[in-house]
Amino acid sequence: MFGFGILTGLTFLPLVGAAFILTLKGESEATLRNAKWAALLTTIVVFLLSLVVWGRFDTASAAFQLVEERAWFGAGLTYKMGVDGFSIPFVLLTTFLTPFAILASWESVKFRLKEYLVAFLVLETLMIGVFCALDLVLFYLFFEGGLIPMFLIIGIWGGKRRVYASFKFFLYTLAGSLLMLIAILAIYGKTGTTDIAILLETKFPPSMQIWLWLAFFASFAVKMPMWPVHTWLPDAHVEAPTAGSVILAAILLKMGGYGFIRFSLPMFPDASAYFAPLVYALSVIAVIYTSLVALVQEDIKKLIAYSSIAHMGFVTMGLFTLTTQGVQGAMFLMISHGFVSGALFLCVGVIYDRMHTREIAAYGGLVNRMPLYAVTFMIFTMANVGLPGTSGFVGEFLTLAGAFVANSWVALFATSGVVLSAAYALYLYRRVVFGALEKPSLQTISDLSARELVLFVPLIALTLYYGVRPGPILEASAASVANLLQSHTALANAAHVVAQAAQ
Amino acid sequence: MIQAIVFLPLIGFLIAGLFGRRIGARASELVTTTLLFIAAGFSWIVFFDVALGHGHASAPVLANWFTSGKLSVDWALRVDSLTAVMLVVVNTVSALVHFYSIGYMHEDPSRPRFFAYLSLFTFAMLSLVTADNLVQMFFGWEGVGLASYLLIGFWYQKPSANAAAIKAFVVNRVGDFGFALGIFLVFQLTQSLSFEQVFAAVPGIAGHKIHVFGADFDALTLATFLLFIGAMGKSAQFLLHTWLPDAMEGPTPVSALIHAATMVTAGVFMVARLSPIFEYAPDTLAFVTLIGAITAFFAATIGLVQNDIKRVIAYSTCSQLGYMFVAEGVGAYSLGVFHLFTHAFFKALLFLGAGSVIHAMHHEQDMRNMGGLWNKIPFTFAMMTIGTLALTGVGIPGTELGFAGFFSKDAIIEAAFAAGEHRSVAYLAFISTVVAAGLTSFYSWRLVFMTFFGKAKESHADARAAHGHDDHTHADAHAHGHDDHAHDDHGHGHHAPHESPIVMLIPLAVLAVGAVAAGAVFMGDFAGHGYDEFWKGALYTGHDNHILHAMHEIPHWVSYAATVMMILGFLGAFFVYQLAPGTAQKIAHAFPRLYRFLLNKWYFDELYDAIFVRPAFALGRLLWKGGDGRIIDGLGPDGIAARVVDGARLAVKLQTGYVYHYAFAMLIGVAAVVTWFVAGGLR
Repeated sequence: MFGFGILTGLTFLPLVGAAFILTLKGESEATLRNAKWAALLTTIVVFLLSLVVWGRFDTASAAFQLVEERAWFGAGLTYKMGVDGFSIPFVLLTTFLTPFAILASWESVKFRLKEYLVAFLVLETLMIGVFCALDLVLFYLFFEGGLIPMFLIIGIWGGKRRVYASFKFFLYTLAGSLLMLIAILAIYGKTGTTDIAILLETKFPPSMQIWLWLAFFASFAVKMPMWPVHTWLPDAHVEAPTAGSVILAAILLKMGGYGFIRFSLPMFPDASAYFAPLVYALSVIAVIYTSLVALVQEDIKKLIAYSSIAHMGFVTMGLFTLTTQGVQGAMFLMISHGFVSGALFLCVGVIYDRMHTREIAAYGGLVNRMPLYAVTFMIFTMANVGLPGTSGFVGEFLTLAGAFVANSWVALFATSGVVLSAAYALYLYRRVVFGALEKPSLQTISDLSARELVLFVPLIALTLYYGVRPGPILEASAASVANLLQSHTALANAAHVVAQAAQ
Repeated sequence: MIQAIVFLPLIGFLIAGLFGRRIGARASELVTTTLLFIAAGFSWIVFFDVALGHGHASAPVLANWFTSGKLSVDWALRVDSLTAVMLVVVNTVSALVHFYSIGYMHEDPSRPRFFAYLSLFTFAMLSLVTADNLVQMFFGWEGVGLASYLLIGFWYQKPSANAAAIKAFVVNRVGDFGFALGIFLVFQLTQSLSFEQVFAAVPGIAGHKIHVFGADFDALTLATFLLFIGAMGKSAQFLLHTWLPDAMEGPTPVSALIHAATMVTAGVFMVARLSPIFEYAPDTLAFVTLIGAITAFFAATIGLVQNDIKRVIAYSTCSQLGYMFVAEGVGAYSLGVFHLFTHAFFKALLFLGAGSVIHAMHHEQDMRNMGGLWNKIPFTFAMMTIGTLALTGVGIPGTELGFAGFFSKDAIIEAAFAAGEHRSVAYLAFISTVVAAGLTSFYSWRLVFMTFFGKAKESHADARAAHGHDDHTHADAHAHGHDDHAHDDHGHGHHAPHESPIVMLIPLAVLAVGAVAAGAVFMGDFAGHGYDEFWKGALYTGHDNHILHAMHEIPHWVSYAATVMMILGFLGAFFVYQLAPGTAQKIAHAFPRLYRFLLNKWYFDELYDAIFVRPAFALGRLLWKGGDGRIIDGLGPDGIAARVVDGARLAVKLQTGYVYHYAFAMLIGVAAVVTWFVAGGLR
């Protein structure tokens, strides 16, 4: 159409909005309002365009679709984009949630608003790029590039300890990524290509798989984050502005899960099978350990951050069960967690904007003055504890069903997470929302504004809709999951045949 | 029809929940209550058609819920005789409770919310009993848990109500933990979760071993055992019972509907629904019998000494649920469901009657502050007496004359005895249920005597009520000036106990009819000669399960045992609380340890607090400060990061204001380095 494909357009469209905002001069109110509307409209157009992508996508096929390819930097690199059943849900999640992030910052950002908006738009480009890239180097650039805007969002617009938090975030993720970079170089050295579609067909020798798997794992495990490399997340969340937390929890964490499903599982199947028990162990520890830690938190955001880690434990567990239910459940849980955790951080943002504290002890009895808020927070709390009828249930249920087949002990321990999650989530809700409204500072707190309702209503609708009719999300990835598992089964069978022949 | 039954309460919930503030309390009450009465009417039609008539069982599929590989779950509405019984129980009691609440709650400012929750509960319960697969059952199961949580914590200003709500939800989740694992195991065994396919596959895997949790188990025994843990949580059985007494923090109509008549019987329903699996798991059935027997006895002992009128009835509920599990454990599923059916009437009657007493006493719940009420609230007194007669199982053995409980409870005791021939645990259940029958009679009459007889103590009650014992806010008392009932005298210092308004008394009368007649009318269909025509295969019994015949061939003394115990219990209570008042205190002083042991509910709350709650918090704190803080951060990033952060602080100082530009330089730098490596460096 314009000499480039729709995915390129989708990926770089936010930069157009960012460029426009950069041209705006001055700090007058009108300028800032224009900047905000420009950012919001850009992200909305991106979302609409992603719906077009979704319309053109054929869910019955496991192949890469809407592929575009061109040479870049001479002969050495290719620019290749495309989506399949694993990536398209994440693309839609990203484009859907970014407008919410912009809208959530409407009034809470008090300085350097234009730069803030530009950071978010750049971040959106990089996030979409991660999910569309079909070239390892391109992927790596988007993957690591995403660190920078988030680093800035936390470091500039964050809370009191923002510098500490942003550096912890940056160092952790960068350390993981460097190992991945080495692995990418090794892959290139071995195969002479960085085309993901070709690499997926390549069989790496098992001994090499082990090292490559570990190197990729280092990066994805930090992003996820898995226990014990999770400690950057609570700090980052606590210090990040509301919109930063939303994007961090809803999308950036999912890049780890996407990495596992895009690279580790299909490219290194032997190593994945070999390391599955390790992943199970870390996942189960994450579920129980972080749930217990969540129980004693005194900061609302930290509590939700720990709860996110526990949920990501279900995801990693589900992925490595290598069962249809486990992998599909993990995919679904990541999308659902995007809505739910994003909404929970928005819920925290609502009261943070009013009271400027995240201390649980500073609240209590909000239901008396904020009934709409109480209902909203209740719905997402229930989705967070996986109540059937909300989207939170389907993913947890499927991952656990898959885990039970793969390893009953894992399922047993992970299922205990449903008890603990109920405990910490309801205990939080009780301390913040229920009770008598006694604190003088809360006497004049106001209920959700119209803008905040606009934020929450779509999220509530989707959380409930996908709880009752999760089909669309499950179907999107069904063909790709079947394809992934088929190759694993074929591999296992081949190994079996070889073993028999050897006898 | 079935769609209307299930979804009318949901519509009521949505109307009252979304628009309750706009349309007002009165409209919310009318809408939800009317819809419930329509649903109840339809339920009786279905009952007469499917259970009593010749209608066919059906399970129309509404839509697919989710499909993942072989795991496919539909939204469907299954209707067979078992569902029909539950529909009648749930919707009848729910409609009456809605109606009753119009009177009971009329001072509360949040009535739209209350009625919305009640309807939400009803919808969830209906989706549970109409489930055609284990996952939809789990949906209803957790849905009623949510509604129960919301209603227990309805008066959210009260810390005790909030604590009780969380406790109910979390303890239920412990049960659901087992339920969920059971579902996963069933799926692994049968590759399906829909009832038809699972039931069809079960005979083929009977006796098979499965290797899970590091050992070989009999597959069906383990599956049913895990599922039954869910039932124990929901039905407040021994070990997972602790939430039910605390749940009495909720408004009394809630206790009647959820914590007596319907939700807590979901476990009993589950075992009956899954009888085609449980029949192949005799070891699990023995466990069910054992738990039921222990609960029946244990809860009754605690009921003996409680002073809160609602808690006495709550422990009674717990105990009666134990009876139902005893019946199911010995293979007499129909008797379990029959007792569920009759119990719903008389226990809802007792709770709503207790609500009427509490209303009369201006929200006093301590029976020690009551007394002599029989001539002040004669109608309530009559209704409570009927409920008590039904609960204690008054009737003439060997005849068809008796109150509802006489038929269902005595039949369970007889079945337990008959089953003892094959399984010794059933004899234990027999002894326990017979003893519990005496205890039931004692605590029930104790309640009647302490409340309605003896000296009037309402002046004392006033003093307490004035001390903020009253949970209702009176802010909107003016808005209801048209309501010409005695509540207007609140706060004027003159509190005479008063009979409740007619809107509260009608439901009592309707339930009383059930409490009197439900046993005699339906015994034949549920567990007598009409068994096959009534159930039409909805309950499964194995080929060698002849319990319903065997229970008719037991010695005569067995059928008199329960009645004798019932009379002894009555005489005991009559002596202690009527003939020789003060005896109770003397007994308590004579056995102080035993008294405190019972009064403190066998110290289960303290025990669980010590071994679960406090360690969980302590462990959480340890892992947070020690694990995350000292070990992971200390050994990992902080060793490095501490230095880096020092350096970074310096760097930030130098660069304040320009961080942004540096970041872009970094992005470009990273790109350049990678490009150089890949494109050039490796060549």
